[in-house]
Amino acid sequence: MLFGITWDTSNGDLAFALSILPILLRGMVVTIQATIAGFAIAMVLGLIFAVLKSVPLKIVSWPTIVITEFFRDTPLLVQLFFLYYVLADYNIILPAFATGALALGVQYSAYMAEVYRAGIEAVAKGQREAAKALDLSASRTFTHIILPQAVPRVVPALGNYLVSIMKDVPVLSVVTVLEMLGVARIIGDQTFNYLVPLSMVGGLYLIMTLVASALVRFVDAKLPKRGLPFK
Amino acid sequence: MPWFDYLKPLADGAWITVQLTVFSTILGALLSFIFGIGKLSDNWAIRAVSIAYIEIFRGTSLLVQLFWLYFALPIAGDAIGLDLRLPPVVAGVAALGLNIGAYGAEVVRGAIQAVTPSQYEAATALNFTRRQTLWKISLPQAIPEMMPSFGNLAVQNLKDTALASLISLGDLAFRAEQLRNYTQDSTTIYTIVLLMYFGMALVLTAMMRVLEASVGRWRGARS
Repeated sequence: MLFGITWDTSNGDLAFALSILPILLRGMVVTIQATIAGFAIAMVLGLIFAVLKSVPLKIVSWPTIVITEFFRDTPLLVQLFFLYYVLADYNIILPAFATGALALGVQYSAYMAEVYRAGIEAVAKGQREAAKALDLSASRTFTHIILPQAVPRVVPALGNYLVSIMKDVPVLSVVTVLEMLGVARIIGDQTFNYLVPLSMVGGLYLIMTLVASALVRFVDAKLPKRGLPFK
Repeated sequence: MPWFDYLKPLADGAWITVQLTVFSTILGALLSFIFGIGKLSDNWAIRAVSIAYIEIFRGTSLLVQLFWLYFALPIAGDAIGLDLRLPPVVAGVAALGLNIGAYGAEVVRGAIQAVTPSQYEAATALNFTRRQTLWKISLPQAIPEMMPSFGNLAVQNLKDTALASLISLGDLAFRAEQLRNYTQDSTTIYTIVLLMYFGMALVLTAMMRVLEASVGRWRGARS
């Protein structure tokens, strides 16, 4: 029994599969929540890193480059353990879900920073020159001229990371986040039948990634190609 | 324990991580070419198998695949009367290789399709067989284009090997967890481990650059 839902182990695999489906769907909700939380953190952190990387001061840009490279080249699992155990040693106690979302956000912020940077660099040079000619401040140029044109270009690439994050969420089960795979493992541990729950998780994952990819394509199609409308 | 006492057990783990990375990357590279070329086959059955493989392994989570091979496959084998219990190292290499191979297959397919059509027209004009076209025209031009993506995938694979620690394989991440349980010195241990992974990734990136430069010569080769 999990989440107050009992399973049926005595009437064959199909009955068992049907009885654990609602439990796995509970897990799926957590998977989706963690995906969205991780994606949101990565989007914000990634943008910050992208901006810091493009600062002309080497004392700012170089450490940022090293840090993002470090975040990108180390395993999510180890980053997650680091956050989970080390923060606790310094008396920063985060719930497991928050730690997991933070680890996902940190790892993918490094990837997203590169995507943002490419998008920012792709904005035509004339746009910056025009902003300068109009005497816009650097921050205003960035938020009102550069970003509205850079963001729509990078949406498909960012969207791919949404799907990647979703596939990395199961790692969070090691710090007791009850997402779909964690739930399936508990069911397996208690019923000694791993085949049915793990296969179902595989199938549900296929559906989730297909839906998420379709969603990303839909959002991409809706965004204006030449930039967001000016206010 | 002073921090340098951790280095010996962690280095033992890192060696397992290196071996896991090497074997699964080689397996992944083989699968990439088999299914990447298979997806472009004229034979619909080969194409269907290739697409199914790529979609299944790209569409699900690596950890799910790893657990499936390790925990679920033996039960599936039982049902059909086969002993499919895999030792952790086999399950680990298989899951990592199958996963990275699916991503690599898309790279291979993309690079072959990116070879300019006139090259294929020329091959047809010169009466090359399909096999000759693949080996002498497509691949020599496509492989250099695959290398940057393969470099990224190899680093991805190195990072993914950490997941094998969850099926009790004694790699770097596993040793870190063991040491932590024993000493409770999380900060030192995990800092060293992160730096070790970072160092291995940098070495791997450099090696892939060398490989990239050496196959880059094929690009302009006319013989």
